[in-house]
Amino acid sequence: MAQQTPVSNSDETATGTAFDRDPRLMVTRTSPASLLAAIKRRIRGGELGPLPVIVGLILICIVFQLMHERFLSPQNLSNLTVQIAGVGLMTTGVIMVLLLGEIDLSIGSVAGASAAVLAVLAVRVGIPEWAAIAAAAATGLIIGILHGTLFAKVGVPAFVVTLAGLLGWQGVQLQLLGSDGTINISDSGPIAALTHTFFVPAFGWGIAAVAVGAFVVFTLFGERRRAAAGLMAMSPLEIAVRSIALAVPVFGSVYILNQYKGLPLALIIFVGFVVAFDLMLRKTRYGRMVFAVGGGAEAARRAGINVDRVRISVFALASMLSALGGIMLVSRSFSASLDTAAGEELMMGIAAAVIGGTSLFGGRGNAYSALLGGLVLGAITSGLYLLQMGTPVRFMITALVLLIAVTLDAMSRRSRRAHARGG
Amino acid sequence: MSRPVLELSGISKSFGAVQALNQVDLAVDPGEVVALLGDNGAGKSTLVKVIAGVNSGDSGDILWEGKRVEINRPADAQRLGIATIYQDLALCDNLDIVANLFLGVEKTAFGALDEVDMERRATELLDSLSVKMPSLRVPVASLSGGQRQIIAIARALLGEPKVVLLDEPTAALGVAQTAQVLDLIERLRDRGLGVILVSHNMADVRAVADRAAVLRLGRNAGDFGVEETSYEEIVAAITGASDNPVSRRASVTRTEEA
Repeated sequence: MAQQTPVSNSDETATGTAFDRDPRLMVTRTSPASLLAAIKRRIRGGELGPLPVIVGLILICIVFQLMHERFLSPQNLSNLTVQIAGVGLMTTGVIMVLLLGEIDLSIGSVAGASAAVLAVLAVRVGIPEWAAIAAAAATGLIIGILHGTLFAKVGVPAFVVTLAGLLGWQGVQLQLLGSDGTINISDSGPIAALTHTFFVPAFGWGIAAVAVGAFVVFTLFGERRRAAAGLMAMSPLEIAVRSIALAVPVFGSVYILNQYKGLPLALIIFVGFVVAFDLMLRKTRYGRMVFAVGGGAEAARRAGINVDRVRISVFALASMLSALGGIMLVSRSFSASLDTAAGEELMMGIAAAVIGGTSLFGGRGNAYSALLGGLVLGAITSGLYLLQMGTPVRFMITALVLLIAVTLDAMSRRSRRAHARGG
Repeated sequence: MSRPVLELSGISKSFGAVQALNQVDLAVDPGEVVALLGDNGAGKSTLVKVIAGVNSGDSGDILWEGKRVEINRPADAQRLGIATIYQDLALCDNLDIVANLFLGVEKTAFGALDEVDMERRATELLDSLSVKMPSLRVPVASLSGGQRQIIAIARALLGEPKVVLLDEPTAALGVAQTAQVLDLIERLRDRGLGVILVSHNMADVRAVADRAAVLRLGRNAGDFGVEETSYEEIVAAITGASDNPVSRRASVTRTEEA
């Protein structure tokens, strides 16, 4: 069964060569020149990848550093990474929904309602904080299942379901918090620890070494397997380039963060979820189903994929991540209030996903968009704060960045169409 | 005579007031190519959807290797061993060739997708079909119509099906690609698969089909051995009359030739 060749055929394979490919599209990827050529071809074909957002992020950092000398200081960067974790988790969830070609407008309200559940249970009811965290996450999960079921089974457009959720769950949040409006949590419990824990330098270095080491080992192992199976594999040069491209920012961040308090737990949680979701999307059958439903729901259905179940599960995961984001927001401010995730978090969460490079048109994107987009928006917020510019300027600049990102998305989609490389 | 691998009897299906299928029977033996013929609106596509589990019939029985089965979802048909290749192809444009070939039947190792195994098998499969593809890692949106059709058929073969359902497989193809698809159909038959070929193209039907089952206005309108039946007889069954524009034209042409 395992090694059975699906179609046995007598004459053609005997005479034909084993690999008969169009030579124009063969890429050797052995020399630096061919590596560069491959990158150039992809960019021209509209497959920009994370390039625009990385360039944008570097530009933003340079501009703010020139305007304020403390922008790239360890303290500011440390604060920035802790600040983006909450909304970043919400973005990770929205990316899943965007991959389906849908939208979730309720992430802010779900985060707020879950935050209220967390605070009420931990403070008013007085159950252990870890149990309250689990309950808040479960709240998000259940809300998401509700949204997903209404969308997938009943057929209400996701836009409308989550618009109702935007209003309704904020109502729940207000109701739970009651007239006081604010519940303060203990500043020494597990909830507070989520965003106020920093690791000693050695631990940070260790995490960085393990992460980069795992990447190198798995890449080497995978490419060796490909080569052994007679498939086109990455050259050692390309593996080296990729490893360095990962190692420099990872070790660089740890170095900078160690100058202040050390690697923040919040950043580890956020990046951990991003990496986990990235692996899930790219390496598991479930992730493949999500992309398939986003690329063509009917094709996916005909391939035997349970489209409804994929849709419901995606909305469930998205809302659960929103709840986790809400927990991080509570942790950071030591309180759940009427304002928790009730303001710009929804828009920033969705904007970060698009700025990070996940398409609004479905089927294209990756979990790393949450990290990259979150960093861009976090850097803008932080830089403008240092320059003592208020919310009005920040909203306008964020809008501009979002517009640029969406324009790039639409343009690269047109370019892909022109180069016939998929919508 | 071998037992039919798939046998439908008395299948009816209506959409509102429209009776798309009315007591339709159809059977296919292992190693047999049955052409499903009919004019536009005769119910061919509806019947295909019933077999594939996209729509289920209102009434009637489906027998699989002699046993009565229910096909309510595409997954049911797939599990039985019915592979369907649609007219509109139904590939996911954003996924590459390997991902499309293995869509819904991905190979995994330790819980993760085994891309190496899938790509190796895909290469073997396409090579065995003498199919030339630029690269197996391009999104299928970049392929031509013929290439997409080949990928769709190749995908069906990966599931080790017993019955293959082809809906107008050559409708949009060039001459060489049509010949390639017909070769492929013969290879499927030689492997002992039952093939149901929905087609408008009489030349294709005569080239590869063993039997021609004709539908007309949602009912069975004849079941012919292709070898011993004339073109006119089949056309008459499709249109419902021996005196029809197609056969009249054919007889005029023949008289002129003589």
